Amino acid sequence: MSAIAHAKAQAPHPAPAAETASPLLQVRGLEKHFSLSGDFLEQLRFKGGRIVREQRYVHAINGVDLEIQRGEALCVVGESGCGKSTVARTVMGLLHPSAGEIHYAGQRIDDLSHKALMPYRRRMQMIFQNPYASLNPRMTIQQTLEEPIRLHHPDWSAQRVKQQVAEVMASVGIAADWGGRYGHEFSGGQRQRIAIARALAVDPEFIVADEPISALDVSIQAQVLNLLMEAQQQRNLTYLFITHDLAVVEHFGTRVAVMYLGRVCEVAPTATLFARPRHPYTQALMSAIPRLEDDRPQHIRLQGEVPTPVNLPSGCVFHGRCPHANERCRREVPALIVTAEGGQVACHAVEEGRID
Amino acid sequence: MALLDVNHLDVRFALRRGDVQALRDVSFSLERGERLGIVGESGAGKSVAAFSLLNLIAKPGYIAGGSIHFDGRDLTAMSDRALRHIRGHRMSIIFQDPMMTLNPVLSIGEQMVECLKAHRRISTREARAISLRKLEQVQIPSPAARLDQYPHELSGGMRQRVIIAIALLLDPDIIIADEPTTALDVTIQAEIMALLLELCETHHVGLILITHDLGVVSQVSQRMLVMYAGRVIEQGPTREIINDPQHPYTQGLINALPQMATPGSRLNQIPGSMPSLDNLPSGCAFHPRCGFVERADGTTRRACIDLVPGYVTSGNGRVACHMVAEMLERERIPAEEIR
Repeated sequence: MSAIAHAKAQAPHPAPAAETASPLLQVRGLEKHFSLSGDFLEQLRFKGGRIVREQRYVHAINGVDLEIQRGEALCVVGESGCGKSTVARTVMGLLHPSAGEIHYAGQRIDDLSHKALMPYRRRMQMIFQNPYASLNPRMTIQQTLEEPIRLHHPDWSAQRVKQQVAEVMASVGIAADWGGRYGHEFSGGQRQRIAIARALAVDPEFIVADEPISALDVSIQAQVLNLLMEAQQQRNLTYLFITHDLAVVEHFGTRVAVMYLGRVCEVAPTATLFARPRHPYTQALMSAIPRLEDDRPQHIRLQGEVPTPVNLPSGCVFHGRCPHANERCRREVPALIVTAEGGQVACHAVEEGRID
Repeated sequence: MALLDVNHLDVRFALRRGDVQALRDVSFSLERGERLGIVGESGAGKSVAAFSLLNLIAKPGYIAGGSIHFDGRDLTAMSDRALRHIRGHRMSIIFQDPMMTLNPVLSIGEQMVECLKAHRRISTREARAISLRKLEQVQIPSPAARLDQYPHELSGGMRQRVIIAIALLLDPDIIIADEPTTALDVTIQAEIMALLLELCETHHVGLILITHDLGVVSQVSQRMLVMYAGRVIEQGPTREIINDPQHPYTQGLINALPQMATPGSRLNQIPGSMPSLDNLPSGCAFHPRCGFVERADGTTRRACIDLVPGYVTSGNGRVACHMVAEMLERERIPAEEIR
């Protein structure tokens, strides 16, 4: 013990410390490709007198590195098709990564068996976008909330399970008499409250929320966001929050990762990112939010649209729409570099000082 | 007289368990070239309001009362034939989902030509030329090639551009846009809204924009209506309403936006949710969620619970709220006493 402490004190650089100081979740070089070509026979093509096997892929995520510290809320933003939901699902183990590693509390979890993953499943829970689809219509609310508890604590008595359900219902503001009713009897905001209760029922420490408020009305969005923030304070939760709404990010996130076409183009503490977005895509995205004030600067118009993730552009994935792109951007994939403000940005133009 | 004048419009849906009133006493007007925003949450009746302007309400819905005067003529009293002349010609509509609006088995050109020929006696060649010009106006890349493409070959943003081009085909006086950018990403949304705004300004076309996004309304419209449970609860110049909302619901909506709170702090939420139209609370439909039913001195404002509020004029706008009416009344009396 003392020998380790001694070794650490001697080390010229701060060494990766014990579990408490290391990030709760670490994603390294994550890739996920979906095959478009169907099964083996469908992949065969007749070309130039020969039968060849052809496979096409959707490159949903292409080398994503993320770290989430305990107690923070990391928001992942981006437009549809940028791979943000795929990141969420891969982290949760709902999808298998094509390459890369996922570490949770120091343990690699992406290659674990179903059985070995079970304890991690209890510690990591997920909230989905559409509460109309994520609740089983044939189960009562009581059954819905009991199911995860019974799964993860098979040794608990029925009495104890019921008590746990009652506690979690009270903590998210669900009336006790909702238990006997079914999902369809509730409004969208109420259903999302139930979905949150289900995620919290097994006392998780890490929650992945995939667009949890996008399907809700404005006045209800505030209610659900407040609930998520309360839960974070009371239970010391860590969030991976997927959204396309930058106003929500500014309010909710500790740090923000901006994704474009399966890559992270900028990561920074929220205040830093909003004060000074560095990546040209982040700048365009932020200037596009409709604001209430009328003295807003004109939004930056991007050329064209997001390319398809089937045939990825060479070099920087953003170069086709970027006003600052040059020859190097077309050729070379930019890596994340650390900025003076403490963020990270993947852009040749920023690195070379061509833009500030 | 305004180009479009809607008065006391009343729309009902005849259901087996009785009529459900989807719109009650909706009145507003639109001048030539003016841009009006209609905001509200889902179920507030904003889409019904838009559809009823073109009498597009499907059965069992019907217009039970009120009038819609367009260019001096009452649309509610018009024959289907006469209405068809106005629909798509003088007034056109842009729907939320571009994939649902375009016919998947017809090329873009065929759909545009079909629309032109339905309203004008022109040759296919002429119709194609007009279509091409409209596609150029909406700044679609390589417009000539698009004419022979099918909707599924275009991206979401491009489809919505095609739909705007179709809406503009017959040079309408008013475009009704029902959540035109909700299905699109923010950067595309910004481009489409900028385009719509630019086209409306250069061609002097009126715009009725229906949305749930207060940011979009404040960027685009000159005047706005706020709807709640089938009624217009506040209307007036957009800037006035955004900067100084009068109705507690409008205030709540604006204050609930994350951008109105310090990051990380609790958001100002409106408690509860909007009532369903077939089970409205008594009095003001907003009273169960309203923080102003009780006065500052602790007494209850009974009118909120018992009486449906009428409209009072406040600034350049109109508000349906007992609390606002009472405050205006109180301001008026001391002024007279001093005199």
